[in-house]
Amino acid sequence: MKILVCVSKTPETTAKISFSGTDFDTAGVQFIMNPYDEWYALVRALELKEAHGGTVTIINVGPASNDPVIRKGLAIGADDAVRINAEPQSALTAAKYIAEYAKTGGFDLILTGKETIDYNGSEVGGMVAELLDLPYISYANHLDVNGTAATVSRDIEGGTEVVEVSTPIVVSAAKGMAEQRIPNMRGIMMAKRKPLNVVEPGAASDHAKVVSYEMPQGKTTVKMIDPENMDELVRLLHEEAKVI
Amino acid sequence: MVLVLADSPNGQLKKGSFEAVTYGKKVADAMGTQCAALVLGNAGDAGQLGQYGAAKVIHINNDQLNNFDSQVYTSVVADVAKQVGAQVVIVSHSSAGKSLIGRLAVRLDAGSVAGVNQLPTVDGGFKVKKNVFSGKAIAEFEISSPVKVLSLMGNSIPVESTGSAVAAESMDVNIPASKVTVKERKTIDGTVPLPEAELVVSAGRGMKGPENWGIIEELATELGATTACSRPVADTGWRPHHEHVGQTGVAIRPNLYIAAGISGAIQHLAGVNSSKVIVVINKDPEAPFFKAADYGIVGDLFDVVPRITESLKKYKAAN
Repeated sequence: MKILVCVSKTPETTAKISFSGTDFDTAGVQFIMNPYDEWYALVRALELKEAHGGTVTIINVGPASNDPVIRKGLAIGADDAVRINAEPQSALTAAKYIAEYAKTGGFDLILTGKETIDYNGSEVGGMVAELLDLPYISYANHLDVNGTAATVSRDIEGGTEVVEVSTPIVVSAAKGMAEQRIPNMRGIMMAKRKPLNVVEPGAASDHAKVVSYEMPQGKTTVKMIDPENMDELVRLLHEEAKVI
Repeated sequence: MVLVLADSPNGQLKKGSFEAVTYGKKVADAMGTQCAALVLGNAGDAGQLGQYGAAKVIHINNDQLNNFDSQVYTSVVADVAKQVGAQVVIVSHSSAGKSLIGRLAVRLDAGSVAGVNQLPTVDGGFKVKKNVFSGKAIAEFEISSPVKVLSLMGNSIPVESTGSAVAAESMDVNIPASKVTVKERKTIDGTVPLPEAELVVSAGRGMKGPENWGIIEELATELGATTACSRPVADTGWRPHHEHVGQTGVAIRPNLYIAAGISGAIQHLAGVNSSKVIVVINKDPEAPFFKAADYGIVGDLFDVVPRITESLKKYKAAN
């Protein structure tokens, strides 16, 4: 089974977000592999490979400064990696580059995280599926593949849905699909020798871009309430906040 | 034309669909055009969407559309969008909508913004805002293509039902065969799913153990709220994973979020700071969550939470 895992680089979850003008201020920000891509999509891909054989390839769209994040994926256990050498301007351009590469690869399974923790769009998986005309199962919390038959459990509002579908397919991974793996020393050493191919992108048109950023308005000041007097809290929630 | 896809999971139109139509009507007004609502599969009375501002309701009530398949839905929605000449296509940022928006953008060669939470501005370019970095910032996007696709975050706009119901009509479309078979659907009855909940009661490690959750459930029942929890609580198995709210769990924006025994780590705040009103209960007056709260109570949650339940009962009895 040939598996392609799309990974994105995102600011670390505790990063303070700020902007200089209309640019994201990266000073002092640590970058990581998007947690949904790493903890769930990549690890499940490795588990399926361990159970059924095959290969796991990582793909990332980004500049050379993304290489440490990609190497971490190789250290966790991916066989090889591809970096499309472009600064992704939007979900659509990233998806076009990934689909263009995937067309040549004959992949049975293309996995992504359910969303990135920076732009929270959850669009790339669906775009890749549409560009390749493949079924797309999103927000999967469980994935099994037996031959070409895939069984996927996905999160829906207030529950889960179990579907069956034949590979090739695109799946986005949510919590529950796998458990995070920490790379060991042997993996880190081996990752240095694994192939990381850099591919120059073709042309990709784009239709949406960020024009400005702003910070959310903080809460003014918290109103402290006497812990003995919860009647007062209920009164405030009703009369002042008007939420009950 | 502005085209709104109204979700009907389990054969019923839901609040998120009424919000999407309300939003679509306002976008249409700003653009000087009309709003059409599209309903796929079994959905009861689709014509009621007229009340929320749809000038036209298209209901394609075909059994092949009762189960959601992103490939089939994309084909049908794109077909309808072309037939009505849609300039903007709006879906809910629901499990279905999130699976569709990327596909639709590709199919319609449209610019897309997923998870918008405000109305767009349409003078001098089509611009619309959404939360990014898990709620730590807001970005304004400009879409330059003739057709635009948006998904609307739940609880972003109050439902307005000032219009009147219209007669739903069908439309001839090509429905491709689905490659996906739904084997099973399990939903928890009787509670509102977290992403749709208006009232949420959440608790963290301060609860000391899963056996103590009774007081949280009693408060939630009294309020008619949905229960949630912090990441450590879900990770240790005290509560199910689907209750985990935060940056790597469910992001929510209820009207009221009550947090007991949660210190308020930045990752937790990222998933809940879009809540309209936040009440924080913590015995540590230095807990960072108080800085993000509207109302704070410093005290032992094992005393305070049951007291809130009692006060609610008194309030309900008196009103």
